[in-house]
Amino acid sequence: MSAKKSHKFYGHGIPRVKPEDLGGKLIVVEGADGSGRSTQIAELVNWLETSGRPTVQVGLKRSTLVSEELEKAQDGNVLSRTTLSLFYATDFADQLSNIIIPALKAGFIVLADRYIYTLMARDLVRGMDEKWLKNLYGIAPVPDAVFYLSVEPEELVQRNLSKNATLDYWESGMDLGLSRDVFDSFLKYQSSMQSAFKAMQKTYGFDIVDANRSANAVNKELRKKISSVIDAE
Amino acid sequence: MKTFAESNFPGRLIAVEGLDGSGKSTQIYLLKRWLEAEGIKVYFSEWNSSELVKSATSKGKKRELLTPTTFSLIHATDFADRYERHLVPLLRAGYIVLCDRYVFTAFARDVTRGCPAEWVRGNYSFACAPDLTMFFKADLEVSLNRILEGRPKLKFFEAGMDLGLSKDPYESFKIFQGRILEQYMAMSKEFNFVTMDANVNVEKQQVIVRKLVSEKIDLKKFKRKSPLPLPPSLVTDRDAIEAEEDKAA
Repeated sequence: MSAKKSHKFYGHGIPRVKPEDLGGKLIVVEGADGSGRSTQIAELVNWLETSGRPTVQVGLKRSTLVSEELEKAQDGNVLSRTTLSLFYATDFADQLSNIIIPALKAGFIVLADRYIYTLMARDLVRGMDEKWLKNLYGIAPVPDAVFYLSVEPEELVQRNLSKNATLDYWESGMDLGLSRDVFDSFLKYQSSMQSAFKAMQKTYGFDIVDANRSANAVNKELRKKISSVIDAE
Repeated sequence: MKTFAESNFPGRLIAVEGLDGSGKSTQIYLLKRWLEAEGIKVYFSEWNSSELVKSATSKGKKRELLTPTTFSLIHATDFADRYERHLVPLLRAGYIVLCDRYVFTAFARDVTRGCPAEWVRGNYSFACAPDLTMFFKADLEVSLNRILEGRPKLKFFEAGMDLGLSKDPYESFKIFQGRILEQYMAMSKEFNFVTMDANVNVEKQQVIVRKLVSEKIDLKKFKRKSPLPLPPSLVTDRDAIEAEEDKAA
C-alpha cells in the first residue's frame, strides 16, 4: 500500500486529528440484520488478512466506554430518543478515537460493520432532525467505500426467522408503534429503513449491492470492488 | 436559543454556572430550601447525575479513556437523559427547575478541550435556554484556593490533565480553570448571564439571589394548589385532627 493519505471528515472532525494524517482505507458495509453483513465481513477480513493487508474491524455497540450500558439501557427500553441517539454517538466516537483513527494513521484497512448511516437512518425514521444528526456525525471520516447490502424485507423476515426463530424488538421497530403485530411491524419498519437508506444514497454515494443473491456471489462482487478501491493509488 | 417561557412552558428553569469553588452550589441549594418553604413546586437537577449514564462516565474517567469528543458526547447523553426524563415533564407541569450547571458548562469545557463550538452547541440544540442564568464570578485565585484547600487530590479530567497543559496537576488545573473562565466570559452577553459577584459572603449573596429570582419570576404562580401529602406516620394524626375539626364545626 502506498503512503498516500487522503481522508476528509463529514463536518468538523475531531480535535487534534488532521485529516491529512489519515491513510489506510475505511470500508463500510451497511445492511439490515439478515442481510448477510456479518458473514460478508468475516469473509472479507479473512481474504484481506491472507493477502497480507492489516485489517481491523469496528461495529455498533462495541466500544469499551459505553457498550455495556447501552445494552442495558436498550433492554429496558428506558431511554428517550435524543438520549439513545447521543449514547450511540458516544459509542461510535469511542471506537472512532481509539480504533478507527489510530488504524488509519497506521495505514490499516478498517472494515466497519455498519457506520453512521444506520445510526442516522434509525433516527430519521423516528422523526429526528436531519440537520442535528449531520452536525453530530460531522466527527466521522468519509469512508473510501460504502456498500449497502440490499435485501427485500420479505426475504429478511425469512432469514431472521430461520436463524433465531424470532424477530428482534428493535429491528422490528416495535418502539415506533407501527403495529402491535411484530411481523407486520418488522416489514413496515424495514421498508422505511430502506427508504431512508435510498434517500441517503444520493448524498453519501453508497454502492447498493443486491444481497438477495447467494453469499458467494455477493462476496465476489465485494472483493472485486474493494480491490479496485485499495489499488486505486 | 429560546427560553422555556418563550417556548410556552408553564414552568421556569433557573441555572447557576461558574467555576468549581465559585459558591454556586451553596447558593442554589439555599434557593431551593427557600422555594420549598414558600410552598413552591421546585425540582433540583445536578450536572452529570443521570443514573443510566453515570457508570459509563465514571468508568471513562477512572480509566482515563475519554477524548475531548467522547467526553463531550457522554455528558450530552447524561444531559439529554435528565432533560427528556425529568426537566421537560416537570416544566410542562409548571415546576420551577433549578439546575446546578446547564449546557453552558459543556459549551465552556468542551470548547476549552478543543471541540468546535458550533458542533457542541448543535448537539445541545434540543434544549431550551434557562429563564434565568446566574453566573458566579469569583476571582480565579479565590476559586482555586477554595478547591485546592478542601480537596488536595485533583482528578485527572477535573484538572484538565488530558490537555497536556502541565505535568503538575495543580498547575494544569489553574491553567484549565482560567481558560474555562475565559469561555464563560465570552458567552456571558450572548446568553444573558446575570453576573453574580461570588466574592461577597454567602448570606448576603443569598439575599441578592432571592431578590433576583422573585423579581424575574412571579413566584406565587408556582405554588402548589394542594399541600404535599403527609408522611404515612402522620396521616392517622391528621385524620384525627380533621375529625375533631369536623365535630367542632
